[in-house]
Amino acid sequence: MSDLTFRLTATVLYLVLAPFLGGLLAGLDRILSARMQRRVGPPLLQPFYDVLKLWDKQPIAVNKAVSFYVGGFLLFVLLTGVFFFTGGDILLAVFTLTMASVCLIIAGYATASPYSQEGAQRELVQSMAYEPMLLIVALGFYLSAGSFFIRDIMQMPYMNFLRMPGIFLGFCYILLIKFRKSPFDISMSPEVHQELIGGVKTELSGRTLAVMEIAHWYENVFLLGMVFLFFMSSAAWSLAVGFAACVAVYFFSILIDNSCSRMKWESMLASTWIVTLLAGFLNVAYLIYFK
Amino acid sequence: MAFETKSPWLIHYDGSSCNGCDIEVLACLTPLFDVERFGIVNTGNPKQADIFLVTGGVNAQNLPVVRQIYDEMAEPKVVVAVGTCACSGGVFRECYNMMGGMDKAIPVDVFVPGCAARPEAIIDGVVKGLALLDEKHRKLKASKTYGVAEDDPRTIGGERE
Repeated sequence: MSDLTFRLTATVLYLVLAPFLGGLLAGLDRILSARMQRRVGPPLLQPFYDVLKLWDKQPIAVNKAVSFYVGGFLLFVLLTGVFFFTGGDILLAVFTLTMASVCLIIAGYATASPYSQEGAQRELVQSMAYEPMLLIVALGFYLSAGSFFIRDIMQMPYMNFLRMPGIFLGFCYILLIKFRKSPFDISMSPEVHQELIGGVKTELSGRTLAVMEIAHWYENVFLLGMVFLFFMSSAAWSLAVGFAACVAVYFFSILIDNSCSRMKWESMLASTWIVTLLAGFLNVAYLIYFK
Repeated sequence: MAFETKSPWLIHYDGSSCNGCDIEVLACLTPLFDVERFGIVNTGNPKQADIFLVTGGVNAQNLPVVRQIYDEMAEPKVVVAVGTCACSGGVFRECYNMMGGMDKAIPVDVFVPGCAARPEAIIDGVVKGLALLDEKHRKLKASKTYGVAEDDPRTIGGERE
């Protein structure tokens, strides 16, 4: 298979399959969360029902620009995934993901609602917290594999995880922010209505909200792809390890979500930076000086 | 197929209730009743809600609030009045500040009586509301304008499909 065919296939597969996978993961998340709270929980396909319902609601917008920015959020998340799953530059994927969250923040600021504004503010603090770690992940892969290109990184004779366990730990820590799980669900999550109505999502409804949900599904699939990459090597059995790692990381993020209360943003920022510094930075130092 | 009935999101507002009905509403979310089984989510956001669960009677203070929440909700929407007070004003009916049940403020679709209304009755009321939601959805689909004037500034486009 030529390089171009591979890239085109990967792009189409990602664009078509990722929302199904992401939606199923979201449904699984809700069932698992319910079981952890001794409830039965909704059907597995509930997230799809929600999105299809939202698609049919009366379109209401306080500011038409919001749906444009949310569309931008979806677009940049899609681009991130395409760069990543076609074996492109990991640095480019990380930066495009940043653009996606910028769109989200602008969408939050675009309405006058104080809840939306506060949500955007917190979203900004969140990206301040996790961005350094994301960059360290890209840097770590480069130092470990000698290339920023994912197609080179996944061809290594050993798992990159073995050389960068600290970076993996730090990445899992910021995954809680990106998955919008407690204790870091401060800007937007199903539970944030206890204090912020909907955070960034407050003024969204109907199709705009549906697009936002779908973008989150794509984003979650990309993030689990990053987890997968840590365990990927040229050996075939590494695929099984990577899959198991994704399952474990997703399960533990749900477990932590259900056993933690929400942190204040100061604690989130401080703890994330401490983890980034200790786990991420020391690991980078090891890769530079001792590898 | 209407997915409204598979994913009804609620907004719960306490008008002037004694909190009895509100505790019963929250009891529906607990493991014993677990309304999330039916895809029901307590959103707390009128713009994303399909069902307006309102407790307590209407008085001069909460009248504008109830109306605003109702206006902010997107079509199709259903109002479920929970408890005797929301149905008729209950024991507070003759008070000088009371205007009566919630139907004095907004169009109510389902009345759930009881003081306090039992969680089973509330769930039953919501399920009755779902049938109405489905009906309203079909009517709106047929009318194409979603029951809103095309010059309504809240609506993007106005006409659909």
